[in-house]
Order: sequence, then C-alpha cells, then structure tokens
Amino acid sequence: MDIKEKLAILADAAKYDASCASSGSKRPGEKGRLGNTQGTGICHSYTPDGRCISLLKILLTNFCIFDCSYCINRISSDVKRAKFSVDDVVWLTIEFYKRNYIEGLFLSSGVIRSPDHTMEEMIAIAKKLRTEHKFGGYIHLKAVAGASEELVQKAGLWADRLSANIELPKQTDLDQLAPAKTHVQIETAMSSIQEKIVENRADKKTMKKVPLYAPGGQSTQMIVGATPSSDLDILATSSRLYDDYGLKRVYYSAFSPIPKGDPRLPLKQAPLVREHRLYQADWLLRFYGFSYQELLDPASPQLDLQLDPKTSWAVNHRAFFPVDVNKAPREHLLRIPGFGVRTVDKIIKTRTQRSLTLADLSKLKVSIDKARYFITTADHNSSVTLLDDEHLRARLKKTKIIQPTLFELMGVSDGGG
Amino acid sequence: MKGVRTVSFENGFKGWRNAARVLLAHKIEPSDLEWQERGKGHSSALLWGNEEIDWPAMAGSSPQLVLNVSRRWLEMAEAVSYHRNPEKWQLLYNLIWRLTYENPKLMDLSIDDQVQAFLSMEHGVRRDAHKAKAFVRFRKIESEEGDIYCAWHEPENPLLRYVAPFFKDRFSVMKWTILTPDESVHWDLKSLHWGPGCAQGQGPQNDSLEELWGCYYKSIFNPARVKIKAMKAEMPRKYWHTMPETRLIEELIFESDQRVEAMIRAAPPSAEAYLPESEDLVSLKTALPGCRACELCAKATQGVFGMGHPNAKLMLVGEQPGEVEDQTGLPFQGPAGQILDEALAEASIDRDTIYLTNAVKAYKHRIEGKRRIHEKPSPREVGTCKAWLKSELKAVRPEVVVCLGLTAALAVLGQSVRLMDVKNKVLEVGDNWKVIVTHHPAHILRIQDPDEKDLAREELETALKLARSLAGMTRNIT
Repeated sequence: MDIKEKLAILADAAKYDASCASSGSKRPGEKGRLGNTQGTGICHSYTPDGRCISLLKILLTNFCIFDCSYCINRISSDVKRAKFSVDDVVWLTIEFYKRNYIEGLFLSSGVIRSPDHTMEEMIAIAKKLRTEHKFGGYIHLKAVAGASEELVQKAGLWADRLSANIELPKQTDLDQLAPAKTHVQIETAMSSIQEKIVENRADKKTMKKVPLYAPGGQSTQMIVGATPSSDLDILATSSRLYDDYGLKRVYYSAFSPIPKGDPRLPLKQAPLVREHRLYQADWLLRFYGFSYQELLDPASPQLDLQLDPKTSWAVNHRAFFPVDVNKAPREHLLRIPGFGVRTVDKIIKTRTQRSLTLADLSKLKVSIDKARYFITTADHNSSVTLLDDEHLRARLKKTKIIQPTLFELMGVSDGGG
Repeated sequence: MKGVRTVSFENGFKGWRNAARVLLAHKIEPSDLEWQERGKGHSSALLWGNEEIDWPAMAGSSPQLVLNVSRRWLEMAEAVSYHRNPEKWQLLYNLIWRLTYENPKLMDLSIDDQVQAFLSMEHGVRRDAHKAKAFVRFRKIESEEGDIYCAWHEPENPLLRYVAPFFKDRFSVMKWTILTPDESVHWDLKSLHWGPGCAQGQGPQNDSLEELWGCYYKSIFNPARVKIKAMKAEMPRKYWHTMPETRLIEELIFESDQRVEAMIRAAPPSAEAYLPESEDLVSLKTALPGCRACELCAKATQGVFGMGHPNAKLMLVGEQPGEVEDQTGLPFQGPAGQILDEALAEASIDRDTIYLTNAVKAYKHRIEGKRRIHEKPSPREVGTCKAWLKSELKAVRPEVVVCLGLTAALAVLGQSVRLMDVKNKVLEVGDNWKVIVTHHPAHILRIQDPDEKDLAREELETALKLARSLAGMTRNIT
C-alpha cells in the first residue's frame, strides 16, 4: 500500500475527533530547529464542514482490538485497514510543515497488540521528530485508553498537548457502546497527566532548566447524541473534568453517522445546533461565571435549541433584570444577553468617562434587539411590560440576530475547534 | 493663519514616528497637516501645491515632550501603519495628538469614532497578517545550492515586512522566498533580502507534495456536516487562488450529498422487510428461508428457526446454529445441545415446556480445507437478524429469557455486556420479561481446565434453576 492510500484511510479514520487546536504552547524558534509554536494556534485551512485544519490529524493505524460501537475503527467494522510506519508519519509531518500546510501533528491510533505497545510507537514518532529532525512545531498525542501511567507521562516530554477522550457523557453510555472502556480508566490517565503538569510547573519555579512538559495542557472530547444522555449530564461531566483535571478544553462532537455503522447507533446526524449550544454553554461556564446548575436542572435537562443558553437563562430569571449598563458590576453585565466578554470590558472602561446610550452600545456591536429588554442605559429604560411579557421567549426567538459563528466565539487565535 | 502643510516622510512607521514626535512637540495641530509617505500613493484629500513642512530642520529646536502613549499603543499603531488605506497616517497623528493634549485615557473610549477607526484598522491588519501566516503555501524548488521553498501570496494589505519575522523564526533552517504583488522577500539562512513585487505567474507552478496534501484535505472532510458559510467566514474567497487545496472544494460539496446518502444506504440492513404479515410462529418459520437481509443464510445449508412450546414461560436464546443444527434445521442438537440438555435435566426443566432459539438464524462459518469452522457473528449481523428474534419473543411472550452467551445478550438487551458484570443477576428489560445472562454451552465445551469447566457448568445450571423458579414453573418430575 503506498503512502497516499494509507493517508486517505488514516486521515478519514481520524476525522471524527473534533479537536485540532494548536494553541497553548510557546516554543520559540531556535537556531538549527525547524518550526516554532507561538501560544496562539494557526488554522492553515478550512474544509467545507466548517472545521479548520491546523494539524496533520491522523491515526497511526485503524486496526483495533476494541469494539466500541460509536467508533468507525471498532474490530467488528469492515472498513479498510492500514498502518503507517514510524518513518511514514515523521516524513509526512516534516514535508507538510515545510510547505506551511500545518502547525504540526495530532496523532491518535487504534489499539494494536496492546495499549502499551501502541503508546510506545506513538512516543517513538514524537521523539524522532523532536530529536532527529529537531522539530519545534506542535505535537498533540492521544493517550491510548488503557496504556500504563508511566507511558502516558512519558508522552508529555515530547508532546505539546495530551488528551484522553472521555468519549461519552456517562458511564452507562460507555457500558452500552464501549463496554471495554470505563470513565475511571480514562480519568486515571487524565489525573496522571495533570499530576505531571503540576509537578513540572512547580519545578520551573525552583529550578532553572526544566524540560517542557505538555505545555499546551490537556483536552478531551465527548460525543453528543449517540446515546440519550441529556445536556445536563454532558455539562455536569464537563464541569467536573474542568475542576478536577484542569482541562484546557472539552470538545463536543455531534454524533455523525459512520459508514457501516453499528446497528445500535442512530442513523442520523445529531443536530449541529445542539453541539453549538453546548459550546455556548461551555463558554458561559468558563468565562461568564455561570454554573451548569443555573443553566439546566433535572426538570428541564436540555438546552433550548432555538435560543442561546444565556438568553434562555435571562428569560427564566427576569427578576434579575433590568441591569443598569452604566452602574452594574462586571459579573452582572456578563449576564446580559448579547453582551460578550470583550464588549463588557469596553463598557467598563468607557463608562468611567461617559454614560453610555443605546447608540453607543450599537457602536460596540451589541445586538440591541436582543439586549433592549434587559438593560437600562442613559437614554433607555427597559419597559417592565416588555420584560414581563409572557411572549418574551417567543419574541426573542424571532429576533433576527447575527449569531457569531462558532469560530468567532472560540476566538480566531485558538487555532481550531 | 498658515494653510495646510504637507509632511513628507519615508521608511514607514519609523519615519512617521520621527516626524510625529517633532510636530507634536511643536504643537502643530492635526488639521494643519497632510501626511505623505514618499513613493506611495497620494492621500485622497491631498491638496496640490501645499507648502512642505521641513520637520527634520525643526528637530533640533524641539521643546521637551514626554510622549504619553503605552508600548501596547505603539504596537497597535505599527499594525495600523501596514493598512492599505493612506488615511492611516492622518488618523495616527490625530490620535497621538488627542492622547497627548486632550485625553490620556482616550483609548478607553471605544465608542469614539477615531478610536473605532483605529481599532478596526488594527484588527483588519492583524487578521490579514494571521491569514498570511496561515495561508502562505510554499512550493519546493530543487536546485544545486539546495532546496528553496517559494510561495506567492496576495494579502489585502502590504504587510510582508510585518509578517516576515514570523517566517524567519519558524523556517530559519530552510531557504525560502515569499512573493507578493507589493514586495518580495528571500531568506538565505543568514538574512532577509527585499525585492520588488511580482505577478502570480512568476512563482513556481506546482509541487508533487500537493497531491498528498489534497488527499489529506479530502479525507479529513466530513461530508455529513456541510457548513460552507463557516468555512468561507474563516477562509474568505479572496485567498483561495493561492491555496492548492481549494481547487477540491467544489467537488467535495457536490459529492457530499451523495456520500451521505451512500452512507445511509450502506446503513446496516435489517430482516424487518422479510417478516411475514402474520407474525405467528408457523408463518415466521415458513418465511425464514426467504430472508436475504444478509448473506449468512445463503452460505449455510439452511436458516434454523426456534423450536419448543409456543407459549413457553421460559425462552432460551443461543448464539447461532452449529454444524449439526445447520444440517438438521433444529436448534441445540449437537455437542453443545447435549451439554444444555444435561444442565436442563439438572435444573429439572423439560425441554418440551420451553422455547429454544438463536440470536442469529444461520451458521456463520469459514472453510478451511474440507472443514467448516464456526465464526462468531458480528454485532452488525446480530443487529440485522434481530427482527426474527423480536418476532419470536412477541409470539411466545415468555416470562423469563435466558441468554446463553454474550451474543444472545447483545441481541436481547441491545447492548454488549461483560459476563462478570451481569452473572447471577436478574435484569429487567422494560416490563416485558426478566433476563438472565449465562455461559453458552459451546463455551463450556471449549474450556480446557477441568475445574473451570465444572464451575461454568454449575453456573449454567444455577442460572437455569433461577430462571425456572422466576418463571413460576413447577419442577419437572422424571
């Protein structure tokens, strides 16, 4: 099999992993070294699915001893199989990098022989790139489920980012679709990576020359819509993972039907808008001071698909409003529908010099149609009748709002999503 | 009052800074000046015949001036200086004037028109620079002095000097050249060399690696989620002509519907379509030979339907027929059937009172020499055949179902389980029937270790006894 054929199979098999970020790591260019990383990632191209190409995202092999239903590479699937050699992957990475196609490599793999054997081969690739080819670009390695703690920790010496996929929101989901995997096992990998990262940071404070250890941190991915688990389940899991393992990112991937799928899986693509709402909610958790319990509860465990989660929260908490744009503290401003973090920071600076009017807010690109129910400005009082209107939710749904794209939400500089 | 005078300078941002510092110190108001970078296009509002202001001569007599702008502002101003709009110099002077003499915190006032214009130009240049770093595509030229990587790129703004340090830092170990319509730059492993701009045709026209890159681009695209707007928002059309992979976009979008459709068509088949109208056991059994939902029946001697009491309280589900069953057309007849019969006897269950069937109705096997070797059915095949089992369950309506082995469990429970997790447990599936999972008799047959074998046999018997009592069946007295 020639390298092009392998590439076609092993890139195709890797595309169900949403993460492609090349951010969070700073490795300045050095004499004699090829490549650097700048902290903010770069998206080198975009495919018609709206996703970016930042890294060469491939599997080492799609042979696998596991039978996880949601995965195209499960042992029972009759897809075409291939395996790269260590040198194939090294060569492709270097040649692509030199033409400025990519920021680096994102290597994952099916499990061949054993998790440890697979992890070792992946580490060998990263090591060869760093040592023999003096490669200074980005390397993201997937921690193979079930690989020994020692190997997972070793991977961080060569990689900028490590990730272990939580895969599905609840253990019961895994039991159903991936009986060989457990959350405990996956989280053990996360915690051992976290431990090493913390240790490395502490070393940096006390010692002069400390080798880099996974400077880009760790991330994970959850598949949405393959099982009946609710958005509440999903956000509860994310929230716990952020707290417990200091994850940089949780990626949500709307379940996408896979060729020759397992009969237990849904045939339809989960709605992309659900994925979008989860990302919005995730943002609210991390940057807007919301807790997931504020957004969802067991009585209404799903995010509203037609209304963004912040507006939805506002409609359910009208007593909190109106908020006075010229006086309210930052954390209150952040809760106003249509107000982003950057807008809020600009408002806070501006209002020390001038009272803001509706026209000023429009200049700051606030969508007034949405926000006007919830705010007081120098020239505008939210009418109580409007705010109390029982049709407010419906009215807001109809409001034509220029929704920021997911990429704007995530920031161009993140280098992917 | 003097008329408007022209400030002439060169050397981009540096030149502007020198001039601005002098003019600011002399308190020359923005409205009295027209900025003109030498060798560049004229500002639209330029008045011909303006007197030129000799700012270098004024430098010596400059009054003391403490420039009250942050390093961050200077960085942003430098970015603005790469904007294609010639009004930028005027704008920068306006702002630095106001920052110095009117409001040192002017930049906090993001609703101010000039501040907004500044921020928007800065954002535009930064984005354009980011896209240059992302979208430059090198093509390799092999030569005797070593390889040179050459790119032609067309940024919106003339910002090659702004981004060249990035490429120098990243690709210091290779020789490279970037050509743009405004300017070009070459890195020879030691320093940057600047040259004139040029047209697209002057760059190298291909690189053999682009075939692999295209292959990657095609393969990483997921046709099930087409979001063309999101792609175009981040990769605007104006950049496409220098990016080889974009030639594939049209084809990928065109094919995506068909690919998704094909994927759905390739969706796992189901025996559902082959079920008879009346789903009683006799009609079902008669219809089975006509099933073509998969190829297993055609490859086997025959499909093997279930047998036993039509209203049994207890139903046993195995994996699939074996060699003997395939020949006789009846379930549990071979060596595994014997093990089962022994266990049934031990549990005091009469075979005539129960219903026996398999998750998959045909003998899946491979041929080695003259022998047929049993092969485990895949979850996909289990799923395909499941419609038959469901109909049998509906027709018989047992109280208890015993799954012999994990394949049966997958079919009955709709999920894969591990025996250690479910052994000795009574599982409720809806409010229809209780489910017990235990060993398949054929598995017991294959165990080598005699102790383990006995243990497994005992466990099978225990499961059957439990099932019998759950089903409320009386002991079979023989």
